Amino acid sequence: MITSDLTALYPVADGDITRLHARLAAAADRDDLLDVAYRTVDSPVGTLLIAATPVGLVRVAFSSEGHDAVLQNLSDRISSRLLRAPTRLDAVARQLDEYFSGRRHSFDVPLDWQLSKGFRRAVLGHLAADIGYGTTASYGTLARLSGSPKAVRAVGTTCATNPIPVVVPCHRIVRADGALGGYRGGPAAKRTLLDLESVG
Amino acid sequence: MKPPFEKVVAQHGATVLRVVRAVLGHADADDAWSDTFLAAMKAYPDLPADANLEAWLVTIAHRKAIDITRATSRRAIPIADTPDTPSRDHADECHVDLSEAVAALPTRQRQAVAYHYLAGLPYAEIATLLDTSAAAARRAAADGIAALRRTHAPKTESTT
Repeated sequence: MITSDLTALYPVADGDITRLHARLAAAADRDDLLDVAYRTVDSPVGTLLIAATPVGLVRVAFSSEGHDAVLQNLSDRISSRLLRAPTRLDAVARQLDEYFSGRRHSFDVPLDWQLSKGFRRAVLGHLAADIGYGTTASYGTLARLSGSPKAVRAVGTTCATNPIPVVVPCHRIVRADGALGGYRGGPAAKRTLLDLESVG
Repeated sequence: MKPPFEKVVAQHGATVLRVVRAVLGHADADDAWSDTFLAAMKAYPDLPADANLEAWLVTIAHRKAIDITRATSRRAIPIADTPDTPSRDHADECHVDLSEAVAALPTRQRQAVAYHYLAGLPYAEIATLLDTSAAAARRAAADGIAALRRTHAPKTESTT
Protein backbone atom coordinates (compact mmCIF):
# COMPACT_ATOMS: atom_id res chain seq x y z
CA MET A 1 0.00 0.00 0.00
CA ILE A 2 1.55 3.25 -1.09
CA THR A 3 0.22 5.49 1.68
CA SER A 4 1.62 3.31 4.43
CA ASP A 5 4.92 3.12 2.54
CA LEU A 6 5.36 6.87 2.54
CA THR A 7 6.74 7.22 6.06
CA ALA A 8 9.10 4.30 5.47
CA LEU A 9 10.11 5.99 2.24
CA TYR A 10 11.73 8.83 4.14
CA PRO A 11 13.65 7.02 6.87
CA VAL A 12 15.17 9.29 9.47
CA ALA A 13 18.27 7.92 11.16
CA ASP A 14 19.21 8.95 14.70
CA GLY A 15 22.35 10.44 13.21
CA ASP A 16 20.26 12.76 11.01
CA ILE A 17 18.52 14.34 13.98
CA THR A 18 21.73 14.45 16.04
CA ARG A 19 23.51 16.32 13.23
CA LEU A 20 20.63 18.74 12.67
CA HIS A 21 20.16 19.30 16.39
CA ALA A 22 23.82 20.30 16.78
CA ARG A 23 23.47 22.66 13.84
CA LEU A 24 20.34 24.18 15.39
CA ALA A 25 22.02 24.67 18.77
CA ALA A 26 24.96 26.46 17.13
CA ALA A 27 22.67 28.69 15.05
CA ALA A 28 20.45 29.48 18.05
CA ASP A 29 23.49 30.43 20.12
CA ARG A 30 24.79 32.65 17.32
CA ASP A 31 21.40 34.39 17.00
CA ASP A 32 21.05 34.93 20.78
CA LEU A 33 18.07 32.57 20.94
CA LEU A 34 19.63 29.98 23.23
CA ASP A 35 18.30 31.24 26.56
CA VAL A 36 19.11 28.01 28.39
CA ALA A 37 21.71 25.43 27.31
CA TYR A 38 22.14 22.15 29.14
CA ARG A 39 24.01 18.89 29.11
CA THR A 40 24.62 16.02 31.49
CA VAL A 41 27.88 14.85 33.04
CA ASP A 42 28.72 11.60 34.80
CA SER A 43 30.04 11.94 38.34
CA PRO A 44 30.60 9.92 41.53
CA VAL A 45 27.26 11.32 42.76
CA GLY A 46 25.37 10.16 39.68
CA THR A 47 24.50 11.84 36.42
CA LEU A 48 24.35 15.58 36.89
CA LEU A 49 22.35 17.91 34.68
CA ILE A 50 24.06 21.27 34.25
CA ALA A 51 22.35 24.27 32.68
CA ALA A 52 23.62 27.73 31.75
CA THR A 53 22.14 30.98 30.49
CA PRO A 54 24.29 33.46 28.53
CA VAL A 55 25.12 34.95 31.97
CA GLY A 56 26.48 31.76 33.50
CA LEU A 57 25.79 28.46 35.23
CA VAL A 58 22.24 28.60 36.55
CA ARG A 59 21.47 25.06 37.67
CA VAL A 60 23.11 21.81 38.72
CA ALA A 61 20.63 18.97 39.26
CA PHE A 62 20.96 15.47 40.67
CA SER A 63 19.24 12.63 38.87
CA SER A 64 17.10 12.08 41.98
CA GLU A 65 15.42 15.39 41.19
CA GLY A 66 14.18 14.00 37.85
CA HIS A 67 15.94 15.69 34.96
CA ASP A 68 12.75 16.07 32.91
CA ALA A 69 11.07 17.86 35.79
CA VAL A 70 14.13 20.10 36.20
CA LEU A 71 14.09 21.02 32.50
CA GLN A 72 10.37 21.81 32.64
CA ASN A 73 10.98 24.01 35.66
CA LEU A 74 13.83 25.87 33.93
CA SER A 75 11.61 26.29 30.89
CA ASP A 76 8.80 27.74 33.00
CA ARG A 77 10.95 29.98 35.19
CA ILE A 78 13.64 31.18 32.76
CA SER A 79 12.74 30.48 29.13
CA SER A 80 11.28 27.77 26.93
CA ARG A 81 14.08 28.44 24.43
CA LEU A 82 16.03 25.62 25.97
CA LEU A 83 18.21 23.09 24.15
CA ARG A 84 20.74 20.41 24.89
CA ALA A 85 23.85 22.31 23.79
CA PRO A 86 27.08 21.08 25.33
CA THR A 87 29.42 23.78 24.02
CA ARG A 88 28.36 26.51 26.45
CA LEU A 89 29.00 24.10 29.30
CA ASP A 90 32.42 22.85 28.25
CA ALA A 91 34.29 24.80 30.94
CA VAL A 92 31.88 23.77 33.71
CA ALA A 93 32.03 20.12 32.67
CA ARG A 94 35.82 20.16 32.60
CA GLN A 95 36.05 21.80 36.01
CA LEU A 96 33.56 19.36 37.52
CA ASP A 97 35.66 16.54 36.15
CA GLU A 98 38.78 18.03 37.74
CA TYR A 99 36.92 18.55 41.01
CA PHE A 100 35.68 14.97 41.18
CA SER A 101 39.15 13.65 40.46
CA GLY A 102 40.54 15.79 43.31
CA ARG A 103 42.56 18.11 41.10
CA ARG A 104 40.40 21.21 41.55
CA HIS A 105 39.49 22.86 44.86
CA SER A 106 37.46 25.82 43.64
CA PHE A 107 35.34 26.62 40.61
CA ASP A 108 36.08 29.46 38.29
CA VAL A 109 33.01 29.82 36.09
CA PRO A 110 30.46 32.66 35.84
CA LEU A 111 27.27 31.98 37.79
CA ASP A 112 23.74 33.14 37.06
CA TRP A 113 22.02 33.64 40.41
CA GLN A 114 18.56 34.40 39.04
CA LEU A 115 16.93 31.37 40.69
CA SER A 116 17.89 32.65 44.15
CA LYS A 117 16.42 35.90 45.43
CA GLY A 118 17.01 38.19 48.41
CA PHE A 119 18.19 36.55 51.61
CA ARG A 120 18.78 33.20 49.92
CA ARG A 121 20.97 34.83 47.31
CA ALA A 122 23.02 36.48 50.08
CA VAL A 123 23.38 33.22 52.02
CA LEU A 124 24.57 31.31 48.96
CA GLY A 125 27.00 34.10 48.12
CA HIS A 126 28.62 33.77 51.55
CA LEU A 127 28.61 30.01 51.22
CA ALA A 128 30.45 30.20 47.90
CA ALA A 129 32.92 32.80 49.10
CA ASP A 130 33.62 31.89 52.72
CA ILE A 131 33.42 28.13 53.23
CA GLY A 132 36.47 26.68 51.55
CA TYR A 133 37.29 23.26 50.16
CA GLY A 134 37.79 20.56 52.76
CA THR A 135 36.11 22.53 55.56
CA THR A 136 32.63 22.40 56.99
CA ALA A 137 30.51 24.90 58.86
CA SER A 138 27.25 24.71 60.76
CA TYR A 139 23.97 26.20 59.62
CA GLY A 140 24.32 28.64 62.55
CA THR A 141 27.75 29.76 61.40
CA LEU A 142 26.46 30.43 57.91
CA ALA A 143 23.52 32.35 59.38
CA ARG A 144 25.98 34.53 61.32
CA LEU A 145 28.13 35.07 58.22
CA SER A 146 25.02 36.12 56.37
CA GLY A 147 24.28 38.76 58.99
CA SER A 148 21.16 37.08 60.41
CA PRO A 149 22.37 34.86 63.25
CA LYS A 150 18.82 33.86 64.19
CA ALA A 151 17.84 32.74 60.70
CA VAL A 152 19.23 29.23 61.11
CA ARG A 153 16.09 27.59 59.78
CA ALA A 154 15.97 29.88 56.73
CA VAL A 155 19.61 29.06 56.05
CA GLY A 156 18.72 25.37 56.20
CA THR A 157 15.97 25.89 53.63
CA THR A 158 18.31 27.90 51.45
CA CYS A 159 20.90 25.11 51.43
CA ALA A 160 18.22 22.52 50.75
CA THR A 161 17.03 24.45 47.70
CA ASN A 162 20.40 25.63 46.39
CA PRO A 163 19.97 25.67 42.59
CA ILE A 164 23.71 25.25 41.94
CA PRO A 165 24.84 22.47 44.33
CA VAL A 166 28.40 21.10 44.19
CA VAL A 167 29.67 24.33 42.58
CA VAL A 168 28.05 26.42 45.34
CA PRO A 169 29.14 24.07 48.10
CA CYS A 170 26.11 23.62 50.35
CA HIS A 171 27.38 20.10 51.10
CA ARG A 172 29.92 21.78 53.43
CA ILE A 173 27.15 22.96 55.73
CA VAL A 174 26.41 20.39 58.42
CA ARG A 175 24.50 20.36 61.69
CA ALA A 176 26.06 21.81 64.83
CA ASP A 177 26.01 18.37 66.50
CA GLY A 178 28.13 16.96 63.70
CA ALA A 179 25.31 15.17 61.92
CA LEU A 180 25.28 15.56 58.15
CA GLY A 181 21.95 17.32 57.76
CA GLY A 182 19.84 17.16 54.63
CA TYR A 183 21.00 17.51 51.06
CA ARG A 184 19.30 18.08 47.73
CA GLY A 185 21.16 15.12 46.23
CA GLY A 186 20.47 12.89 49.25
CA PRO A 187 22.70 12.15 52.28
CA ALA A 188 24.86 9.63 50.41
CA ALA A 189 25.86 12.26 47.85
CA LYS A 190 26.71 14.71 50.62
CA ARG A 191 28.90 12.10 52.31
CA THR A 192 30.64 11.31 49.02
CA LEU A 193 31.50 14.97 48.42
CA LEU A 194 32.77 15.54 51.97
CA ASP A 195 34.88 12.37 51.78
CA LEU A 196 36.30 13.47 48.45
CA GLU A 197 37.31 16.82 49.90
CA SER A 198 38.80 15.32 53.07
CA VAL A 199 41.24 13.29 50.96
CA GLY A 200 42.38 16.15 48.73
CA MET B 1 2.09 23.43 30.36
CA LYS B 2 4.44 24.30 27.53
CA PRO B 3 7.32 21.84 27.05
CA PRO B 4 10.88 23.14 26.71
CA PHE B 5 11.90 23.56 23.06
CA GLU B 6 14.28 20.60 23.36
CA LYS B 7 11.20 18.36 23.68
CA VAL B 8 9.64 19.92 20.60
CA VAL B 9 12.72 19.03 18.55
CA ALA B 10 12.82 15.51 19.99
CA GLN B 11 9.15 14.91 19.35
CA HIS B 12 8.68 16.48 15.92
CA GLY B 13 12.15 16.64 14.39
CA ALA B 14 11.82 13.43 12.42
CA THR B 15 8.38 14.25 11.00
CA VAL B 16 9.48 17.69 9.85
CA LEU B 17 12.56 16.17 8.22
CA ARG B 18 10.37 13.65 6.32
CA VAL B 19 8.07 16.43 5.16
CA VAL B 20 10.85 18.66 3.84
CA ARG B 21 12.59 15.69 2.21
CA ALA B 22 9.36 14.85 0.41
CA VAL B 23 8.62 18.43 -0.58
CA LEU B 24 12.14 19.56 -1.50
CA GLY B 25 14.23 16.45 -1.99
CA HIS B 26 17.15 15.32 0.14
CA ALA B 27 19.61 17.94 -1.10
CA ASP B 28 17.81 20.96 0.41
CA ALA B 29 16.07 19.18 3.28
CA ASP B 30 18.72 19.90 5.92
CA ASP B 31 18.62 23.63 5.19
CA ALA B 32 14.83 23.68 5.31
CA TRP B 33 14.78 21.75 8.58
CA SER B 34 17.32 24.11 10.16
CA ASP B 35 15.52 27.25 8.96
CA THR B 36 12.23 25.84 10.24
CA PHE B 37 13.41 25.01 13.74
CA LEU B 38 15.40 28.21 14.14
CA ALA B 39 12.34 30.29 13.21
CA ALA B 40 10.16 28.12 15.44
CA MET B 41 12.53 28.55 18.39
CA LYS B 42 12.42 32.31 17.94
CA ALA B 43 8.62 32.40 17.96
CA TYR B 44 8.09 29.62 20.50
CA PRO B 45 7.72 31.68 23.71
CA ASP B 46 4.78 33.56 22.14
CA LEU B 47 3.02 30.43 20.91
CA PRO B 48 -0.16 29.63 22.89
CA ALA B 49 0.37 26.62 25.15
CA ASP B 50 -2.54 24.72 23.55
CA ALA B 51 -1.34 25.18 19.95
CA ASN B 52 -1.01 22.14 17.70
CA LEU B 53 2.79 21.96 17.55
CA GLU B 54 3.04 19.70 14.54
CA ALA B 55 0.66 21.79 12.42
CA TRP B 56 2.52 24.93 13.49
CA LEU B 57 5.89 23.43 12.55
CA VAL B 58 4.61 22.19 9.19
CA THR B 59 3.28 25.67 8.47
CA ILE B 60 6.73 27.13 9.10
CA ALA B 61 8.39 24.33 7.09
CA HIS B 62 6.02 25.00 4.18
CA ARG B 63 7.11 28.66 4.04
CA LYS B 64 10.80 27.86 4.48
CA ALA B 65 10.59 25.30 1.67
CA ILE B 66 9.08 27.94 -0.61
CA ASP B 67 11.90 30.36 0.31
CA ILE B 68 14.49 27.72 -0.53
CA THR B 69 12.81 26.79 -3.81
CA ARG B 70 12.80 30.47 -4.81
CA ALA B 71 16.44 30.95 -3.84
CA THR B 72 17.37 27.81 -5.77
CA SER B 73 15.53 28.91 -8.91
CA ARG B 74 17.16 32.36 -8.65
CA ARG B 75 20.49 30.61 -8.77
CA ALA B 76 19.09 29.08 -11.96
CA ILE B 77 20.25 25.55 -11.41
CA PRO B 78 17.69 23.46 -13.26
CA ILE B 79 17.33 20.57 -10.84
CA ALA B 80 13.81 19.25 -11.00
CA ASP B 81 13.48 18.16 -7.40
CA THR B 82 15.67 15.18 -8.05
CA PRO B 83 16.42 13.59 -4.74
CA ASP B 84 20.06 12.66 -4.32
CA THR B 85 21.05 9.27 -3.02
CA PRO B 86 18.32 8.06 -0.69
CA SER B 87 19.33 6.91 2.77
CA ARG B 88 21.50 3.90 2.68
CA ASP B 89 19.90 1.28 4.90
CA HIS B 90 16.31 1.39 3.65
CA ALA B 91 17.14 2.27 0.10
CA ASP B 92 15.86 -0.75 -1.73
CA GLU B 93 14.93 -0.28 -5.33
CA CYS B 94 11.24 -0.01 -4.56
CA HIS B 95 11.92 3.02 -2.34
CA VAL B 96 14.15 4.63 -4.92
CA ASP B 97 11.39 4.35 -7.50
CA LEU B 98 8.73 5.67 -5.19
CA SER B 99 10.70 8.66 -3.90
CA GLU B 100 11.48 9.58 -7.50
CA ALA B 101 7.79 9.32 -8.22
CA VAL B 102 7.01 11.64 -5.30
CA ALA B 103 9.60 14.11 -6.56
CA ALA B 104 8.01 14.02 -10.00
CA LEU B 105 4.56 15.00 -8.72
CA PRO B 106 3.29 18.52 -9.40
CA THR B 107 4.24 20.80 -6.47
CA ARG B 108 0.72 21.15 -5.11
CA GLN B 109 0.13 17.39 -5.08
CA ARG B 110 3.51 16.73 -3.51
CA GLN B 111 2.78 19.24 -0.75
CA ALA B 112 -0.70 17.85 -0.10
CA VAL B 113 0.60 14.28 0.04
CA ALA B 114 3.46 15.22 2.38
CA TYR B 115 1.37 17.33 4.74
CA HIS B 116 -1.45 14.82 4.96
CA TYR B 117 0.28 11.45 4.79
CA LEU B 118 3.60 12.29 6.48
CA ALA B 119 2.53 14.98 8.96
CA GLY B 120 -1.08 13.95 9.49
CA LEU B 121 -2.48 17.43 8.89
CA PRO B 122 -6.23 17.60 8.25
CA TYR B 123 -7.24 18.90 4.82
CA ALA B 124 -8.75 22.06 6.33
CA GLU B 125 -5.30 23.09 7.58
CA ILE B 126 -3.58 22.06 4.38
CA ALA B 127 -6.11 24.22 2.52
CA THR B 128 -5.01 27.26 4.55
CA LEU B 129 -1.36 26.52 3.80
CA LEU B 130 -1.93 26.08 0.08
CA ASP B 131 -4.40 28.96 -0.07
CA THR B 132 -7.16 26.80 -1.47
CA SER B 133 -10.29 24.97 -0.31
CA ALA B 134 -10.32 21.83 1.81
CA ALA B 135 -11.95 19.97 -1.08
CA ALA B 136 -9.19 21.05 -3.45
CA ALA B 137 -6.53 20.03 -0.94
CA ARG B 138 -8.16 16.64 -0.56
CA ARG B 139 -8.30 16.27 -4.34
CA ALA B 140 -4.63 17.23 -4.72
CA ALA B 141 -3.61 14.58 -2.20
CA ALA B 142 -5.85 11.97 -3.83
CA ASP B 143 -4.51 12.82 -7.30
CA GLY B 144 -0.98 12.59 -5.95
CA ILE B 145 -1.55 9.17 -4.42
CA ALA B 146 -3.27 7.98 -7.61
CA ALA B 147 -0.30 9.16 -9.68
CA LEU B 148 2.09 7.35 -7.34
CA ARG B 149 0.04 4.17 -7.72
CA ARG B 150 0.21 4.49 -11.52
CA THR B 151 3.93 5.23 -11.75
CA HIS B 152 5.09 3.06 -8.93
CA ALA B 153 5.14 -0.28 -10.65
CA PRO B 154 5.53 -3.24 -8.29
CA LYS B 155 8.18 -4.65 -10.63
CA THR B 156 11.48 -3.20 -9.54
CA GLU B 157 13.61 -3.10 -12.69
CA SER B 158 12.01 0.01 -14.15
CA THR B 159 14.96 2.38 -13.92
CA THR B 160 16.23 4.18 -17.00
